[in-house]
Amino acid sequence: MSVLLEFNNVEVRYDDVILVLRGLSLQVQEGQIAALLGSNGAGKTTALKATSGLLDIEDGKVTDGTIHFAGKEIQGQSADRIVRDGIFQVVEGRHVFEHLTVHENLVAGAYTRRDRSSIARDMDRVYDYFPLLADRQKQWAGYLSGGEQQMLAVGRALMARPRMLLLDEPSLGLAPVLVRGIFDIIKRINEEEGTTILLVEQNARLALSISDYAYVMEGGRVVLEGTSKEMVENEDVREFYLGLGEVGRRSYRDVKHYRRRKRWLS
Amino acid sequence: MDTFLQLTVSGLSTGMIYALAAVGFVVIYKASDVINFAQGDLLLFGTYLIFFSIVQLNLPWTVGIMLTLLIAVAMGLLIERVVLRPLIGEPIISMIMVTIGLSSVLRALANALWGPQPRTFPSFLPDGVISIGTAVVGFDRVLAIPLGLALLVLLGFFFRRTRDGIAMRAIADDQQAALSMGISIPRVFAIAWAIAAVTAAIGGMMLGNIVGVSQSVAAIGLRVFPVVILGGLDSIGGAVLGGVIIGLLEVYTGGYIGHGLNLIVPYFVLIIMLMVRPYGLFGKPIIERV
Repeated sequence: MSVLLEFNNVEVRYDDVILVLRGLSLQVQEGQIAALLGSNGAGKTTALKATSGLLDIEDGKVTDGTIHFAGKEIQGQSADRIVRDGIFQVVEGRHVFEHLTVHENLVAGAYTRRDRSSIARDMDRVYDYFPLLADRQKQWAGYLSGGEQQMLAVGRALMARPRMLLLDEPSLGLAPVLVRGIFDIIKRINEEEGTTILLVEQNARLALSISDYAYVMEGGRVVLEGTSKEMVENEDVREFYLGLGEVGRRSYRDVKHYRRRKRWLS
Repeated sequence: MDTFLQLTVSGLSTGMIYALAAVGFVVIYKASDVINFAQGDLLLFGTYLIFFSIVQLNLPWTVGIMLTLLIAVAMGLLIERVVLRPLIGEPIISMIMVTIGLSSVLRALANALWGPQPRTFPSFLPDGVISIGTAVVGFDRVLAIPLGLALLVLLGFFFRRTRDGIAMRAIADDQQAALSMGISIPRVFAIAWAIAAVTAAIGGMMLGNIVGVSQSVAAIGLRVFPVVILGGLDSIGGAVLGGVIIGLLEVYTGGYIGHGLNLIVPYFVLIIMLMVRPYGLFGKPIIERV
């Protein structure tokens, strides 16, 4: 198995001042699902945007380190170049084109494709993954429900036939049953299309259930990593991200357990 | 009845010319949410450029039209590259303000190149008149009707069916998401300005034919605002229908009421429209999911 995406000591600053990533290093193996966990403000979304070139419009810049994709340095390249190289980010909060129909949203997703002939086939594939969308092809995307919009956002990404998908909180604002459905499809896409996926998610339990490998970020760098199986077992991850403290063993003295809090930080 | 028919036909063609002037405005708004205050000056350049190619360069009128359209495309691309591209990512209001500056620059440039005195428009359009029933209208005026309709169909196709047309609407909806699918914003903006400049050039040619070659063409560009507010800032079909309605209203008030009331009727419509339906007849309403 080969490394598809590699961050090497990446530093990102916004407006030349605000340091958000402080030497982030991570690797995503080709064909795997990697999860990026961490609390708010840890730099997860910034890591995705640094990869996809979307930092640019927010006055963010990679000021140190390198990002390699398929052996090629990509940091600082324009977003459309990176999409052409095969990386596609599904941004947080769905961001479907509200005044475009479902069908047109999918056409927009295929913007960088040259092989026009197979676009229709890929569209059928998307409707196959998300049958709900097929019934709404001619409807404005703005009138879809939140779940349908998330499906459209993922389907739109598939239209670009990316080698690597960056998913930013696909569960945001969705009912648990819908979230499960979306995650099952993410897993299916990974297995059936062989698409490598880097997943940012607040719902750690869910993310660990479909990912192969996971990183925990804190303050702009990776503080913990391992296979998702190891992570589920990890005491700290269980307590801080899965909410599974060791039951029953709590005595008054243990209320001071915050001392133990995130010992990797010190 | 005769007057009515006469007024209707001339109102329709005037309206179509307004529509031609407004379409470019709508295209830019659709792509970038920018209100282009320089649209009237693009019209002005259309008028002067056709004058330049046919009278000053003495070209045959077919070649003259081609040259005018070519220069218009070049101008559109140049304006986008030099004036607007550096502002991509800045607040929309900066871009809008810069079009006001652009308007002054263009007008001064036209003044410098061709002087302030009015010129006669080269009469390259076939003279003749057309009689529809009892109404008689100049052929050159009626020409605006098929031209406007053809442009409407063409642009409709562009926005619904082509990759760049859909990308243009996508950018207007959500720039960040559009970027994330690899849509190149500079490329799409450049296309929008080229289209705006070309449609303005066509509108300018038609206008020049009616009001002559002078700076007053740019003032008629002001008529674009009631037209697009009525039709909806982002609707091509709305621009055409808005143009026709404003054109008819003007001609009817001029014909039946008079007293120069026809000059203010468009702005009257503008105010009422802003009060009852601010996004226009066909503009996109703000989608609110509940």
